[in-house]
Amino acid sequence: MQGHVWKFGTDVDTDAIIPARYLNTSDPVELAKHVMEDADPTFAQKVTEGDIIVARKNFGCGSSREHAPIAIKTAGVACVIAHSFARIFYRNAINIGLPILESPEAAEKIEEGHEVKVDLTTGTIFNLTTGETYQAAPFPPFMQTIMDKGGLIGYVQWRLQTESSTGPY
Amino acid sequence: MGMTIAEKILARHTDQTVVRPGDLINAKVDMVLGNDITAPTAIKEFRRIGVETVFDKDRIALVPDHFTPNKDIQSAEQAKLLREFAREHDITYYFEVGRMGIEHALLPEMGLALPGEIVIGADSHTCTYGALGALATGVGSTDMAAAMALGEAWFKVPSTLKFVFNGKLNRWVSGKDLILYLIGKIGVDGALYRSMEFCGELIDALSMDSRLSMSNMAIEAGAKCGIIAPDQTTLDYVTERAKRDFTPVYADADAEYEKVTTFDGADIEPQVAFPHLPENTRGISDVGEVRIDQVVIGSCTNGRMEDLRTAASILKGNKVHKDLRVIIIPGTQNIVRQAMKEGLLDIFLEAEAIVSTPTCGPCLGGHMGILAQGERALATTNRNFVGRMGHPGSEVYLSNPAVAAASAITGKISAPEEVL
Repeated sequence: MQGHVWKFGTDVDTDAIIPARYLNTSDPVELAKHVMEDADPTFAQKVTEGDIIVARKNFGCGSSREHAPIAIKTAGVACVIAHSFARIFYRNAINIGLPILESPEAAEKIEEGHEVKVDLTTGTIFNLTTGETYQAAPFPPFMQTIMDKGGLIGYVQWRLQTESSTGPY
Repeated sequence: MGMTIAEKILARHTDQTVVRPGDLINAKVDMVLGNDITAPTAIKEFRRIGVETVFDKDRIALVPDHFTPNKDIQSAEQAKLLREFAREHDITYYFEVGRMGIEHALLPEMGLALPGEIVIGADSHTCTYGALGALATGVGSTDMAAAMALGEAWFKVPSTLKFVFNGKLNRWVSGKDLILYLIGKIGVDGALYRSMEFCGELIDALSMDSRLSMSNMAIEAGAKCGIIAPDQTTLDYVTERAKRDFTPVYADADAEYEKVTTFDGADIEPQVAFPHLPENTRGISDVGEVRIDQVVIGSCTNGRMEDLRTAASILKGNKVHKDLRVIIIPGTQNIVRQAMKEGLLDIFLEAEAIVSTPTCGPCLGGHMGILAQGERALATTNRNFVGRMGHPGSEVYLSNPAVAAASAITGKISAPEEVL
């Protein structure tokens, strides 16, 4: 995947990603209209299909609301790269099939407006604007399988159909 | 090499005898929790899995507490989804308005989170039950859906950070202050992906209510859980309430900790977290002049009996400052009734505070006390992110109930000693 970068800072919390005043619905399209609103009120208008979010440490801290990765994914964001992710956001992103990568170097060096290409199977991030390459740890096989099945529900369905599989579930 | 409490609880819920930090495991869960914000998505995802029944109707709790009593039509539709799902699957622990409470005040009170158990909840403050010696952690709606179907969840076994609190508690210092102090020291990602264990003389001396406040905010340090080993205080609390048999779990003597940090109670005074992160803490003597527009006493962090008794002891015979409003939210119906019996509600009303039915309400900017642009609240809640209680241009400060009650009288953030 390849896309235009929107850059965010440290400790972007889930209230900034999707404020609770919009949580009286769980409709992904409604949520996407307000994505990142309290971090950047113009973001929902600017973001286009295939764009990439790059942020610094502890992205997605705060509440467990899965509405946060859902809003980001539904808005068309292809991937989130950060120095680190808060743990519930991390598992929610995997469970709903939103690609995320942890790379302190990428989070430091990629700037807003850069064009970035990502190879999810190897965890390699190419900065097409500067020519730099950064390496994130690829997903462990179990998490990659969840992503390949489109998220945890697809994975659970697959497991229920093929009881012979090993690993968690 | 032995195991920490978290490792041991996780191992006991698998078919393995030992688990180590970093292992990806599948564990059975004892309780699965959701609320009116997170469960609607979980219910939709559960239906997508295609199983006909939940794994165990006695091990799922559905608590409509965030936007209830419903604040608008949309939130009413969300709560209706829970109600209908609970009826369809005959869920034992669905708590309707009138029987409900703020989920993390309610489940301990009902004996539905117990020592040695794994509890997952589609709410980040599920970590509250670490105070009872459970491995309790917040997850998302899809995790909740999978767990409702299978009774299992995937975990990465966390390494453990041990925090030892020695010495004596200073006056007006509670579990809330210990955890704010800790977050101030290690930061909002200081325990990211880790399990925290709290121990030492100060923890031994804490009441159950105060311990629940402390574990409640483990997530604010990024932790998976914040566990206090069960002791007599724990057993006295849970034995009379427990809805299931349980087995307390303790760390092995040779358990391996990633890090052990020691604090001295003498260094810890009541804490205040400044906007817009819980790590921006100051001791009450370093706060300076901060005028406020609203005080909120309640939430899953500080809406229990001890919190209300403390607030009442300070508000008694006083009036709320003319320039602010005070919203007091008991955590559960039982707490409302107990506060009524003890005369606390009279004290609050006499002081010209309002008393609300149990709800998460203003804590997350839902309803029952939303801030306008430029307004400032002091709250006994757990988060002070931008826009948390309302307008993105408002501010939230966090404290314990004693500081909140004293500040309600003076109109600015104040130590209890200023009004006593």
